[in-house]
Amino acid sequence: MTLTEKLLARASGRSSVSAGENVWVNVDTLLTHDVCGPGTIGVFKREFGQNAKVWDKSRVVIIPDHYIFTADSKSNRNVDILRNFVREQGIPYFYDVIDGDGADAKWEFDPSKGQLKRQYGSSFAGVCHTALPEKGHCRPGEILVGTDSHTCMAGAFNMFATGIGNTDAGFVLGTGKILLKVPETMRFWLEGELPFGVMAKDVILHIIGDIGFDGATYRAMQYEGPGVASLNMDDRMTIANMAIEAGGKNGVFPYDRLTEDYVRESTRKNGTRQEYTPVELDRDQHFCYDRKFDLSKIEPTVAQHPDPGNRALAKDLNKVTLDRAYIGSCTGGKTSDFLAFAKVIGNRRVKIDTFGVPATPTVVRELQSIVWEGKSVWERLESAGVLMTENASCAACLGGPQDTFGRINKPMSCISATNRNFPGRMGHKESRVYLASPYTVAASALTGYITDPREFLSE
Amino acid sequence: MSIKSKSFEDIVTGPVYVVSDNIDTDQIIPAEYLNLVPTIPEEYEKLGSYALAGLPESLYPVRLVPEGSMKSAYPIVIAGKNFGCGSSREHAPIALGAAGVKVVVAQSYARIFFRNCVATGEVFPYDSAERLCDILKTGDLATVNFKNNTLEFAGQIHLLKPLGEVLPVVQAGGIFEYARKMGMIPKPQTA
Repeated sequence: MTLTEKLLARASGRSSVSAGENVWVNVDTLLTHDVCGPGTIGVFKREFGQNAKVWDKSRVVIIPDHYIFTADSKSNRNVDILRNFVREQGIPYFYDVIDGDGADAKWEFDPSKGQLKRQYGSSFAGVCHTALPEKGHCRPGEILVGTDSHTCMAGAFNMFATGIGNTDAGFVLGTGKILLKVPETMRFWLEGELPFGVMAKDVILHIIGDIGFDGATYRAMQYEGPGVASLNMDDRMTIANMAIEAGGKNGVFPYDRLTEDYVRESTRKNGTRQEYTPVELDRDQHFCYDRKFDLSKIEPTVAQHPDPGNRALAKDLNKVTLDRAYIGSCTGGKTSDFLAFAKVIGNRRVKIDTFGVPATPTVVRELQSIVWEGKSVWERLESAGVLMTENASCAACLGGPQDTFGRINKPMSCISATNRNFPGRMGHKESRVYLASPYTVAASALTGYITDPREFLSE
Repeated sequence: MSIKSKSFEDIVTGPVYVVSDNIDTDQIIPAEYLNLVPTIPEEYEKLGSYALAGLPESLYPVRLVPEGSMKSAYPIVIAGKNFGCGSSREHAPIALGAAGVKVVVAQSYARIFFRNCVATGEVFPYDSAERLCDILKTGDLATVNFKNNTLEFAGQIHLLKPLGEVLPVVQAGGIFEYARKMGMIPKPQTA
């Protein structure tokens, strides 16, 4: 069996499953957030009753992250709906924006802090997919479903993770089960190591360009081979995150020392459950697609407007002028992403409007405490002209309410370290979004046109 | 959805709204409207008014739901490949259903969107091997027949891939209604 088949067989209590079978799977963790949580709760109450209790409160993780730092009253209300539900159900893992949990606890936009200064309390966790592993909710061998398509990011941790709708999530809340079709598996055999100037983002953009952005529809994307060992957990998360950008059901990585170390540390730090049983690679696996990718041959890659499969090399796009650069999101807002970005920026100044939105408050703290040549990375980016906000959230990655930080409110071209670029994704529907690695976004921010980052990096 | 009436007939007739390939969920329901909660009745209706509002006007000058209106005059949407790609937001099939769309006929679907159509029972997601989005244009009159699995347009019969087990689930109004009807789950507890 493939990794995905093994995960689904175990969770459905069977000795084996094969692609195409429909199986009832026991869910280990259900994730929801502020834009789909209220609807999921609505379905749960409508179908199981107003006084119904969730199947297992310790397995529900609620992370408000989408429309947080906005004056939009409906968005604010949605976080209140989550808070009330958590209180009523006694759910322990709720990463609220505010600290108080009294009956009238509410978050309010503080104009004196503006959009750049921290407007959250101590339990806020930021973007759910990045926060989930950071807070010790990703465990190898387990099943994670979430009301967000990028839930597949957790496949980096040797688990089955996929996005579902509110109705399915409402069913999971009541029963802890979900009916899943076992997907066929595509294997991506990785060899070599990432060359100079190339990041995990380039790898996944390269792969999606190869198979097409519906090339993995209904399928699992399994990564194997000696190249995997050279990818750290952040790299694997970036790659697994974008399985959905090829239409994939999930992305999954084998378990190794790096996975073990990360999970031990994150579960210990946050006091979450530490026992788990990873799934190991079988000798006998059946794939519907099997191809080798030599990481050392990959170059800085861009997905052009209007979809993540519209691939080109950064070096061939220097005629494309830009109005804006953006770094952030689950895919591109991790500490390692910002450090790569800052490395390219160096002591230079950006030429176009550039927005930086860390994925989590931890990323903010790390960037403010890592010091290069006497100055924190955060300060360095600020002095380079990058608009850095401490308000970690999904922000403009998916447009959001009109007052969202970095939202594209008029037709323009933007290069972005995020994961999706369909028309209107970051706001205005006549805008053009180019997806690239943090290196390439930084180099392009320095020149004002799409730029191969190797021009600014020294080997 | 309990909000919708569940009368069911074997055919749907009316003007079609035609879109091309890769219409993603941001074009079906732009992210700025995700602050609306589908299980709140007036917000459900409001979602309908924004169905397909993310399509660029330069390519789609006619809107599915006219500005200022809550409902669409088009009960059938015809699409190309990979309809509903992108996010897992259930607001997408819900917006279409709330607008009054009954059927989508696409060459292919993205996985989560298809499943959300079935789970919610909002729209029937038919597959067509033929590329109907090149044959029909917005405003053409067509009839979808659920018994024969056909789409009839201008005297021509186009075969659709049978919905199979999906048909009774959508017909019932989604997985919960279906499961209850089949005796798989009990009625909800009353408060």
